[in-house]
Amino acid sequence: MNKPIRVVSVFCLVLFLALLVNATYLMYVRADSLSDDPRNRRIITATFSRERGAILVGKEAIARSVPSDDKYKFQRTYSQPYKYAPITGYFSWYGQTGVESSQNAVLAGDDSRLFVTRLVDLLSNSDPKGGNVQLTADAAAQDAAWDGLEALPGNAQGAVVALEPTTGRVLAMASTPTFDPNKLASHDFGAVADLSKELNADPSQPLINRAIGTTLPPGSTFKLVTAAAAIESGNYDADSQVPGGYRFQLPQSTTSVGNYDGGNCGGRRITLTQALQVSCNVTFMSLANELGVDAMADQAEAFGFNDTSLEDLGGQAESLYPRDMDPPQTALSGIGQSSVTATPLQMAMVAAAIANDGDVMRPYVVDEVRAANLSVLDRTDPQNISKAVSSTTAEELTKMMVATVDSGTATPAQIPGVQVAGKTGTAQSTADRPPYAWFVSFAPADDPQVAVAVLVQSSDTSRSEIGGGRLGGPIAKAVMEAVINQ
Amino acid sequence: MSQTGTLMGFVHRRRRGAELFLLVLALMVGIGAYAAVGLGVEGVVPADLVGYGGWLTALIVAAHITVRIVAPYADPVLLPLVAALNGLGLAVIRRLDLTYEAIGLDQHTFARQQLIWMTLGVILFIATLVLLRDHRVLQRFTYTAGLIGIFLLILPFLPLVGREINGARIWINVAGFSFQPGEVAKVLLVIAFAGYLVLHRDALALAGRRVVFIDLPRGRDLGPILAMFGVSMMILVLQNDLGSSLLFFGLFLAMLYVATERPGWLVVGGLLFGAGALAAYTFVGNVQNRFNFWLHPMDHYEDTPGSYQLVEALFGQGWGGLIGRGFGNGFPERVPFAYSDFIISTVGEELGLAAIMAVILCYGLIVERALRIALISRDGFGKLLAVGLGAIVALQVFVVVGGVTGLIPLTGLTTPFLSYGGSSLVANWVIVALLLRVSDQARRPAPRLDPGDDAGADSESTQVVKLR
Repeated sequence: MNKPIRVVSVFCLVLFLALLVNATYLMYVRADSLSDDPRNRRIITATFSRERGAILVGKEAIARSVPSDDKYKFQRTYSQPYKYAPITGYFSWYGQTGVESSQNAVLAGDDSRLFVTRLVDLLSNSDPKGGNVQLTADAAAQDAAWDGLEALPGNAQGAVVALEPTTGRVLAMASTPTFDPNKLASHDFGAVADLSKELNADPSQPLINRAIGTTLPPGSTFKLVTAAAAIESGNYDADSQVPGGYRFQLPQSTTSVGNYDGGNCGGRRITLTQALQVSCNVTFMSLANELGVDAMADQAEAFGFNDTSLEDLGGQAESLYPRDMDPPQTALSGIGQSSVTATPLQMAMVAAAIANDGDVMRPYVVDEVRAANLSVLDRTDPQNISKAVSSTTAEELTKMMVATVDSGTATPAQIPGVQVAGKTGTAQSTADRPPYAWFVSFAPADDPQVAVAVLVQSSDTSRSEIGGGRLGGPIAKAVMEAVINQ
Repeated sequence: MSQTGTLMGFVHRRRRGAELFLLVLALMVGIGAYAAVGLGVEGVVPADLVGYGGWLTALIVAAHITVRIVAPYADPVLLPLVAALNGLGLAVIRRLDLTYEAIGLDQHTFARQQLIWMTLGVILFIATLVLLRDHRVLQRFTYTAGLIGIFLLILPFLPLVGREINGARIWINVAGFSFQPGEVAKVLLVIAFAGYLVLHRDALALAGRRVVFIDLPRGRDLGPILAMFGVSMMILVLQNDLGSSLLFFGLFLAMLYVATERPGWLVVGGLLFGAGALAAYTFVGNVQNRFNFWLHPMDHYEDTPGSYQLVEALFGQGWGGLIGRGFGNGFPERVPFAYSDFIISTVGEELGLAAIMAVILCYGLIVERALRIALISRDGFGKLLAVGLGAIVALQVFVVVGGVTGLIPLTGLTTPFLSYGGSSLVANWVIVALLLRVSDQARRPAPRLDPGDDAGADSESTQVVKLR
């Protein structure tokens, strides 16, 4: 009987080997995907019971965990909830967004960069602590951006993004309407679920970070891209003569499109600078028509369109310049209409690239990752992601934008004693809604420290007051001043 | 047994000292884990550590001394293995009790009850070794054991005593205690199978015809296998207990194969089992569900009935990772029945892959020792008994650990020695006692035959029954 006993032994060996291999697969290989399952309450419960790291702006912790005396050991609190909600996101029983989500591993203390800290915690038998995340945001700039949006009349929907042109650091990112992450971080999960449902159903979409998550026609601010493409083509500079006039006849179509104010931009032939100053639709439709969809798309993509560039914050929508537009659509795209859409972040990147000699820097919101003992574990290095235009083109564009602020449509952004470069935008939407108001700018023009994009999506302002940078200009100005005056 | 002839010149050492040393290690596992539970969950060394440790030590020492006296040649590794597993199981159950108490559940004295059951188990272990000095005595009770076994399996269906708990009618209620007679039945059935097969193996082994490469048995010899198949199916359909059904049939097949040395029986059995499984899948909704939950656990998390239990166990084990969260830092209470069928997921969550591997290896060693005992045993009955007992452990561990870790569809079975469950624990201690008894017989020096005696037919036909 020994031969079959040996066979049975081998069979048992196979059974046990299968168990060992499967256990290894489950607990080592598959562990990560199991941890990522949103239904895995262990992960969330554990992070609720652990001292989560702080999110810092300057020296202030805008999000931190304080000891709690209920079922979970810590309560997440946000010191300036509405102002920073688009960046921090929320940390709730049901999930996380924003930096709370993108930096979850660090904040929760699970990140591999925290290995040494974890080992020390393990050996000293102390509760593990999460690492801290230092944001790039500038408190003064964020205050200015938030106050500006708050001051808009009525229930304004808008967003502001400010970038440091040379690095891509996000100095300010605000969005209204927004939400109180404190309420979503509550340990009263029933109330959190109700609030969450309510926020999701709200037609004004308070949970969306409009600065990166909303794409809308960029309107006249896109003329910067059209101008850049024109100058890059080699046939134009700031002083070149370009077509002006009352109306532009769209190709392959009987439709003609006029200027915003119904004027003629100052003549049938005007300089490119003048065209930008008065935001002449005819000029830029004509330029886009002449350059063609490919040249326009190449230029737009060089600025970051048709891609997402922000890596440390979720929820970024892709700004679009479709390559399959027909000639009339292409002509309209020259003034930021038809199928072109952009996020405020994208338009801020356009301004920042012009300010930074044509180099597009990857925007980022996380400056440093620190251990609980504040030692720096990692620092984000600025990264050049593309060359949008040559530095001479950038200089020409800067000159034109300065002229636009000095004596054009963008005068509300003037700062005494500082040269400001800017461009307004007013994009058409449906007839029953007011147009979107855009404003992009950077300053000082000779040594740019900040580039700003402002979007006012809807507010109770009358239609006539939206154009001309009256809504966005003062906000952009305040943000730029906040950065420059430091 | 001609095969054992080659072993005749070799005399096994008793190795009782080695056993004692290993038992000290096993006690360190059990008592250390108990202390770690207190430290991890409550932050202090348990107040009753000395009393608890003393009790555990007393049980183990009593078992060891018994082995020293009545089975001095028994295998030295088995007892430490089960002592370690039992100790670890007690600690893990204690850990769950503390949480159940903290969250206000009524039932949070599983560990204390388990310790009582372990005491009973050790008493039965000692009784078995002391009373049963030669396992071949059991051969006399082949049919008695078989009948009692079947009776025990039917018992849960009888009115008054039978009880259904959690959808499986495998319990009886005696004097306020719930008891799973199936756990005892499996030991009795192994004895019955071994006795039956050792007598009828020639008929089962020799007659038959050859089809392609496999010798298929005769139709008339299919009786026992069909009967056993019928019993297994009865358990499956009537008791809704997939695990036990698989265990009984697998066990029988393994013993049949070893007894007859004919792979043909495995083919017949495999086909029968395949057909049975297919029928069960088609006609028993429960089986179908379990199969679906196994294939797509994540899709049925919110369903009722659903895979909540399995998915929570998978989450827990995944979260445990390589070294686990440590006692008190996991959430094993999220898994329903974490203290019984799903205890391995608690081990995985809090002690990690390292501990799961250690536990699986312990079981592997128990099976390896059992099969080694079968190899060196000098009589057919002993061989079959050891194979059967080893197969029980192997199949049970594979079915339950495989189920909890998602390798195979989930079926309800206890994890030997680890899980909370009196019937299972007591039965397993008896299994170990039987294995030690067979191994003591197998390893002790062969009786000295008088060399002057005629070494012919007489000595071979005279069987030595009592060796002491």
